[in-house]
Amino acid sequence: MWALRGLRDGVITTRWPARPDPYAAAGRGPATVLDAQPAYPPGEAGEPLERLCPTGAIGSEERADGQRTVRLDQGRCVQCGRCVAARPDVFGWSGGPAAAALWREGLVVPEVTETPERLEALRDGLRARTAALRRSVHLRHVDAGSDGTEEWEILALFNPVYDAHRLGIFLTASPRHADILLVTGAGARGMAEPLRRTYDAMPDPKIVIAVGTDAVSGGLASPSYAVAGGVGAVVPVDVWLPGSPPPPFSILHALLLAVGRLPARASEGVGR
Amino acid sequence: MSSEVMNGARLSGEANPVWDEVTGAVASGRRFAGLFGTAGGSGGSSPRADTARPEGLVLSAHLAGRDGVTVAEVALPATATSYPALTPRLGAAFWYEREIADMFGVIPQGHPRPEPLLLPQPPGRALWPMPGEAGGPAAIEPDPRAVPLHVVGPGLFTIPHGPVRSGVVESIEYLVETPGEDIPHLNMRVFYKHRGLEKRFEGMTAANGVLLAERVEGTATVAHALAYCHALERISGTAVPWAAALVRVLHAELERVACHLDVAMRLADGAGLAVATARFGWHKERVLRLVSRACGSRFGRGVVVPGGVGRLPLIGAADLLAEIGRLEKDVTADVGALMGTASFLDRLRRTGPLRPERAREHGALGPVGKASGYSDDAREFRPYDAYPSLGLRQPAPRSAGDVLDRLRVRWDEVGQSFHLLRQVADELAEGPAGPLRADCDVTGGRAVGWAEAPQGEVIYDLRLEHGRITRCRPRSASFHNLVLMHELFAGDILTDFPFIEASLGLSVAGVTR
Repeated sequence: MWALRGLRDGVITTRWPARPDPYAAAGRGPATVLDAQPAYPPGEAGEPLERLCPTGAIGSEERADGQRTVRLDQGRCVQCGRCVAARPDVFGWSGGPAAAALWREGLVVPEVTETPERLEALRDGLRARTAALRRSVHLRHVDAGSDGTEEWEILALFNPVYDAHRLGIFLTASPRHADILLVTGAGARGMAEPLRRTYDAMPDPKIVIAVGTDAVSGGLASPSYAVAGGVGAVVPVDVWLPGSPPPPFSILHALLLAVGRLPARASEGVGR
Repeated sequence: MSSEVMNGARLSGEANPVWDEVTGAVASGRRFAGLFGTAGGSGGSSPRADTARPEGLVLSAHLAGRDGVTVAEVALPATATSYPALTPRLGAAFWYEREIADMFGVIPQGHPRPEPLLLPQPPGRALWPMPGEAGGPAAIEPDPRAVPLHVVGPGLFTIPHGPVRSGVVESIEYLVETPGEDIPHLNMRVFYKHRGLEKRFEGMTAANGVLLAERVEGTATVAHALAYCHALERISGTAVPWAAALVRVLHAELERVACHLDVAMRLADGAGLAVATARFGWHKERVLRLVSRACGSRFGRGVVVPGGVGRLPLIGAADLLAEIGRLEKDVTADVGALMGTASFLDRLRRTGPLRPERAREHGALGPVGKASGYSDDAREFRPYDAYPSLGLRQPAPRSAGDVLDRLRVRWDEVGQSFHLLRQVADELAEGPAGPLRADCDVTGGRAVGWAEAPQGEVIYDLRLEHGRITRCRPRSASFHNLVLMHELFAGDILTDFPFIEASLGLSVAGVTR
């Protein structure tokens, strides 16, 4: 009876990243600074733009020519939309699944400094490490103080809509069998030891992905006596994925980025 | 602090008379809904640096009834190191008083098990974050060796299960004490992922507080934001506009459907029903996508704001109604198939029973209470937003209290939710006029807000001064219900564990905050 029921609605699985998916493209990423912002725009009534952000993601930087420019650290963005609502001329939403970066500073927009050499070096290093697990990867997840939503989004990868199994991505219970460690949460101090032990138990090569703004920077939970302000303080992170929480397509993108399996088309906008 | 800030609040310096009042209120039908401490508040006394709490400690007990949630309070002097415990007279205070001991370093005299509930610290260090008091504590250093073990008797051993467990689940550790198959006793270490959010609330503006409230228990984002905003709106006396009240109900009910589908998915997964797991996972994904089409976030974040909602749904009313109709049809069909699968029902029937007397005594919340014949649904008894005007269909009474009845209650609630969603979509199709947001400027005051989350009633006790939060205590249903897990293993064996855990449908994030 269940077998027939399983056939009832045909194939509902996305073909992303081989084919585009409208829901992947429509996904809302962290806030971003709109293109035509060469100089730091004046705030309303002298209110600095920094004050718009509850997590302090907005800052500015003085350039060589003496002008100040706006910087937004997407690793701190909790997607509250305050900045987008208050200054739609300066801030907007980034779209699509490509939210992850291979190094922490890569989440700051606009890019602080153009360092294609460093990016290439990081990618090559990661590619060399992950060459052996390209077609079949096993994931282990550790919750280090999440709000519960990141777990739902990771689990969603294994529902029939995303079906990560089709890409050779599997969950495993034992860290001894795991290639990739997905860490969620703000880095709760109570979870530091269990997280470290899980990481140590994994065989090389191993990759760590910080899933969600909380895992990247601590988000709204940081600073606090109870969290470390991101999981980077506990384990070495290879891929940084902001989002509060990041939607399943973004997590899938980060996984494929980690193992160097993004096709050219899907990797548009990944150059960071 | 004065007692007139709240309707029904009473303040006394002596614990025992207040506990008499609390137990009396519970005996006469009110529900004990929580107990928490706030550092400071014994006004008048000069701050002393030589005590742990230079300004004293106020203990606040929440009591829920038809007229709302009232508070009874005890003010302990700055020099107090202990107080007579409430737990021996009211068992439901068991975890609440242990948490107070950990947070403030005050001993509940007569508590049956006065051990740390939060993370044990190395000797010589105390946690004591003391919410409500200015200044934050030093970073905590949990002691990984301090595992409570209570194994006594030949052949008994402990299976430590967690905090890193198989699957994608939140961190919690169960210590299952077993002679091999039965589970005579279960211990829990819950606070591995404690985030110290109560301290984080302090000093935030009212507008930013709602962002943090949304993240206390992410799977119940909307309910937490609602309870927080209700407290704020009660202080300022704000009436939420009708259109906003409708949008709030829309998102609260979609959240309920998603959470209940998640529980069904986990139960089906536990029984090895691959197709059922996939089907309910798909339905859940459809609900989350509908939420994201309506507001941009898959969890309804940013919808609820103080005084109303941020905006109308981005999805057209006709589309909304059509999608709700399709979802209801598909979910109902699969529920019918699931509840007709004998091998599945056999695993659920008489598993993890909670006796009706215990549910009533403890004030078990949400589906856990309802399955044991005890319902105190805030939407019905303390209605808010658009609920008073919308019909809440009465479900069939349940009282077996086992995993099966807890699932049946969830299906009843999903039916109720679709009924409400259709009404809301119809109302929204008429294009409700008027603003989406009323003024809700608060400079100071205190109030309690509540909302019915998928897990049960969420309560926020909120206090502000000069436009900033001085104390915010979120009490999720998960915290109140999880302690019941100790009692659910009468005659059940290890393989029943995943069913019992899933049937509670709790979020650890809401427990540990």
